[in-house]
Amino acid sequence: MAAFGTPAGRPWQGRGGSAGLRFTLYAAVAVVVMYLDQRQHYLEQLRYVLQAAAYPIQLAVNSPPAAWHWISGSFESRERLQAENARLRAAQRDLELRSMRYEALARENGELRGLRAALPPVADRWLAAEIVSVQLSSLRHRLLINRGAVNGVFKAQAVLDDRGLIGQTAHVGPWSAEVILITDPEHAVPVRIERTGLRTIAVGAGDATSLGLPYLPSNADIKSGDLLVTSGLGGVFPEGYPVARVTAVHRDAVQPLAQVRAEPLAHVDTDSEVMLVWFRADRPTPPPTGKPLGELKSGIPSLQPQAVPPRPQSAAPGPPAAPQPARARPPAAVPRKQPAEPQATEPAGAPRAAEPKAATPQPAPPEPATSEPPKQEPPTPQPDAPPAKEQQ
Amino acid sequence: MSAPGGGRILLTAFVALVLTVLPLPPWLDVLRPVFLVLAVLYWSVNAPRTGDIALGFFAGLALDVFQGPVLGQHALALALVTYIAVREHQRIRSKPAFQQALIVFAALAVYEFVLFAIDGWSGHPVTSPLRWVHTVTGALLWPPVAAILAYGSRGRA
Repeated sequence: MAAFGTPAGRPWQGRGGSAGLRFTLYAAVAVVVMYLDQRQHYLEQLRYVLQAAAYPIQLAVNSPPAAWHWISGSFESRERLQAENARLRAAQRDLELRSMRYEALARENGELRGLRAALPPVADRWLAAEIVSVQLSSLRHRLLINRGAVNGVFKAQAVLDDRGLIGQTAHVGPWSAEVILITDPEHAVPVRIERTGLRTIAVGAGDATSLGLPYLPSNADIKSGDLLVTSGLGGVFPEGYPVARVTAVHRDAVQPLAQVRAEPLAHVDTDSEVMLVWFRADRPTPPPTGKPLGELKSGIPSLQPQAVPPRPQSAAPGPPAAPQPARARPPAAVPRKQPAEPQATEPAGAPRAAEPKAATPQPAPPEPATSEPPKQEPPTPQPDAPPAKEQQ
Repeated sequence: MSAPGGGRILLTAFVALVLTVLPLPPWLDVLRPVFLVLAVLYWSVNAPRTGDIALGFFAGLALDVFQGPVLGQHALALALVTYIAVREHQRIRSKPAFQQALIVFAALAVYEFVLFAIDGWSGHPVTSPLRWVHTVTGALLWPPVAAILAYGSRGRA
């Protein structure tokens, strides 16, 4: 067989040995490269260089669609642009109002948490990036965007659009970055069901319009229409950003796990721009202590004394405001029982005195009529009853 | 047929790479053959001195950069296919186009199987049968692709 590969008089093949040898060499190089790339992540530098080299080609290859987009955009009619302008103005006004409300809420939240627990990180800086190319095959859901390390983009940075989470950067080149979408079969995003607070993981299903939630037990409280937001676990995505909406919940009595599908809120196929976000940990500033805050008066009145700033200061330095309601509750619960017990024993004592032996079955009917105490009470008065009987 | 220079091979490989990574709608994307593999196969069979295992390796590396989850995956697969093609180039070259297409189908299947195996090994298996579609379309497109490349190398050399 070697005679096939190396007939006489072939300088190129003579130079590098037989074809089998050279193949072995290249295969070994390929295996080593794969191992380094997969297991050790040593090749970030090489990836960086290769990505830089590939970027012009990717730009050129994607220029026809981009040019078409530009042409069709520049010939849009005036009315359409005006309509879009009006729509955007309305949307902006809406967002401004919402952000005002958000700041008030953040301040109130900071107070309620005693200013100690850090709030979920907030977006510090945004950078719009254009989508250069979209890869949506069953194997890979990737975007190429025109921002890279030169713009401060880093690996595993969150990428959003105006509706929800899109993905995170997977490889960063100098002028470009590859974004792995949340729908990529290799991607998983830690989420929380907004309605119930239940945390789970949403895994890309390999098609552009669905995520799977494979780790939910079949009795989990989830239903179609639930909103999934990022849970903040894992450290890549900050908490509270919308991800997807549950579209189908399939429970099978035989299967221990529910089969749940969710549709991502972001629409990668219609977007031409995405947002790269830098987050910082948020520590809200304490509100001015002098004057009372308007927002709090509208709330539940019983909460208000806890929210007044002097209290947390006068309290022990260690515990934040959160334990306070917890501390307040046990005292509230104990006094309720103490008055209840005498009330229960006194009226119950009279019927019991008449029929001491049958005390256990009989007290049940009179008790609901005599007083409000909840049904936990019956066990407690009965141990008390014998001493009361002896006293009588 | 005189062996064309390395420049022409690189040019056709570059064009094939562009065709391979050109954005297409998903349904067409499934059908699209890996043109770069076809071009490398053609040169391995018809110009084994210049179109060599090195060409396969570096073409595969280029594919890795554009669409490989693991660097080196396509490089290994394409180096293997190139090695087979270079070793058997005289047999393959003497076959009629129809039989060549069958051989190309086998080569593409080997190529895809290596990718499939490495996908599984590296922890992201893709078991969709759609990934094998391009082996069939590649084999079907082999006669025209070979004719175009042959015309190019004959016309200018």
